[in-house]
Amino acid sequence: MQLETRIEPPKSWRAIPFKELWVFRDLFWMLIIRDTKLRYKQTLLGAIWVILQPLVTAILFAIVFGRLANLPSLNVPYIVFAFSGMVAWNFFSQAIQRASGSLVSHQSLISKNYCPRMLIPMAACGGVLVDFLVTFIVMGVLLWIYQIPLGWQLATLPLWFSITLVLVTGVSFWLSALNVFYRDFSHALPFMIQLWMYASPLAYSQEIIPTSWRGIYALNPLVGILDGFRWSLLNLSDFPLFSITLSFLISLFILLSGALAFQRLEQKFADII
Amino acid sequence: MSSPAIQIENLSKSYRINPLASHLSYRTLREDLVNLFKNGQPKETLWALKDISLTIQKGEMVGIIGRNGAGKTTLLKILARITPPSKGLAVIKGRVGSLLEVGTGFHPELTGRENIYLNGVILGMKRSEVVKKFDEIVAFAEVESFLDTPIKHYSSGMQVRLAFAIAAHLDPEILFVDEVLAVGDFSFQKKCLGTMEKITKQGRTILFVSHQMEAILNLCPRSILLEKGKIEKDGPSQKVVESYLQSARQLNDGSLRYRRDRQGVGHFRFVETWVENKQGHRVTAVLSGDPLVLVGEFEVAEGKSVSDVEVAFAVYSANGTQLTDLCNLFTGDFFEGKVPKRGRVRCIIPRLPCNTGLYTYNMFAASKQVLQDFLLNVGSFEVESGDYFGTGKTIAKGQGHFLVNHRWQLEAIG
Repeated sequence: MQLETRIEPPKSWRAIPFKELWVFRDLFWMLIIRDTKLRYKQTLLGAIWVILQPLVTAILFAIVFGRLANLPSLNVPYIVFAFSGMVAWNFFSQAIQRASGSLVSHQSLISKNYCPRMLIPMAACGGVLVDFLVTFIVMGVLLWIYQIPLGWQLATLPLWFSITLVLVTGVSFWLSALNVFYRDFSHALPFMIQLWMYASPLAYSQEIIPTSWRGIYALNPLVGILDGFRWSLLNLSDFPLFSITLSFLISLFILLSGALAFQRLEQKFADII
Repeated sequence: MSSPAIQIENLSKSYRINPLASHLSYRTLREDLVNLFKNGQPKETLWALKDISLTIQKGEMVGIIGRNGAGKTTLLKILARITPPSKGLAVIKGRVGSLLEVGTGFHPELTGRENIYLNGVILGMKRSEVVKKFDEIVAFAEVESFLDTPIKHYSSGMQVRLAFAIAAHLDPEILFVDEVLAVGDFSFQKKCLGTMEKITKQGRTILFVSHQMEAILNLCPRSILLEKGKIEKDGPSQKVVESYLQSARQLNDGSLRYRRDRQGVGHFRFVETWVENKQGHRVTAVLSGDPLVLVGEFEVAEGKSVSDVEVAFAVYSANGTQLTDLCNLFTGDFFEGKVPKRGRVRCIIPRLPCNTGLYTYNMFAASKQVLQDFLLNVGSFEVESGDYFGTGKTIAKGQGHFLVNHRWQLEAIG
């Protein structure tokens, strides 16, 4: 069997190279393993940071929004409510931060080597998976401490996680590719993440949003994702069908558009980076 | 029967360069927005490759030579699918491996073992293949006892050896190799070239870019000379190398400002270089035994400050052998303190000890252990036979590169 490669000038739209991504799957895993190892090797406290960061934020939310502002929290202790959101949010924000700079920091991989470049932001997101697992364990501990009853809804967690993954990958494609062309994006990112955080029911519960506004509010795909996670973790009764469906559709759209845009822009990476 | 492994038709690559913004490697949104409202931006199109057509048979080992900026690396990058062409078509039959840089993805914090796996996979091997070849790689690189040490503790020689060892164990059907052998010590270079030779004997196809004419002549029966993005000559290496050396004589104007093939952070950059004689005139040829001054004009990037700069020029013979290294640290002429925004460094050789021939040199600048600028093959000078010994005698052209001041004695014994 003879492999034949045709090299032609750039096209405006190119298909997503599923076959090639599969061929290079070893590289994908190696990059994830490297990222994870490095992160834990270089820090003294390693896993402690991963726990401390979301935990301290959740405690702050509990004090400021729960105690001082006395906001409602779905009838569970505020800290549990806040942390159940942090599980997904922390993964989301860490992943897009790492992914958005990933192409620029892998310059030599792009300008001296061939691989489907999509792997690079994808692997950067994957590098945060271990952190996600660690925060999940902390969540379990919190649920146990506060004696929150667990329900069958827990079995749906992989579903919410998948939607998060779709959204994260899509946003990462957009940001990492644009960052190659305009470094402005790396400056705007922390600000953007902060805005996004306040536009999502993370520190506060959706109960305080007027009902008439909730439709527009749910256009933010994180609303549905956080709803889904909380529904299954906190054993809630009302299934948030509307926000979850919307979130799924919007995330899918971001992923598809991101992948197509990435494939188009990718052809210029080596010349520009 | 032989069949083409690589078929290239009218391959071209152009870059649009904006001479005003060439110091920036990336754009900012603000700049682009401003440019939207400014018409008539002076944009130039630079053809890095123009209408290259070429057929390479399976099992051939072909050398690619040419000056810097002739398009050698661009050609390899297109064939390796790192950057797309602007026009034309190339069809490659077989599994491709490319080696444009050794040690891509090496991370100083990771151990030798971890880096072998990572780099192998980056070069396109499967993890299982790396596992299979692991022991061979380690033995080739001679790093057995340091496998579990982070490579930041390796000497630079060891790092290069390890990187080569991985690359040498790639086994694609078609291999693209860029100037990677320019580093590393000579005996190891030989070992690598030997491995490459063995690879072609197994029926693999290799495209090899090099400035080392000796390596090209030894390894490649056929060579291609590129000049300004076009194929200038294609044929038996002996002939092609000869005509390249001929053309190298009418060398460049010495401008380095637009050279893209440079390394270093670039706060301090060489912008021009030339050779002066004892009267301070720019020349292209000097006499053996006369003073020779190598001049490098530099600029410090806007808003940057560079101090305690260290400068070195390395001199090469026409066939690419490094003859010596000239450096201000060796002579104790330290450039302490802040470097001016623009200036010139002069390296003065009071009595040139080179025999007749063509010589080229590299330029290197660093500041406080940080590489600022490093350019290969920046300029050249022709040496004509001169009265080095002060006796009117000279040595013949083929009798070595150097003239050495010496004395003779004859005495009777017993």
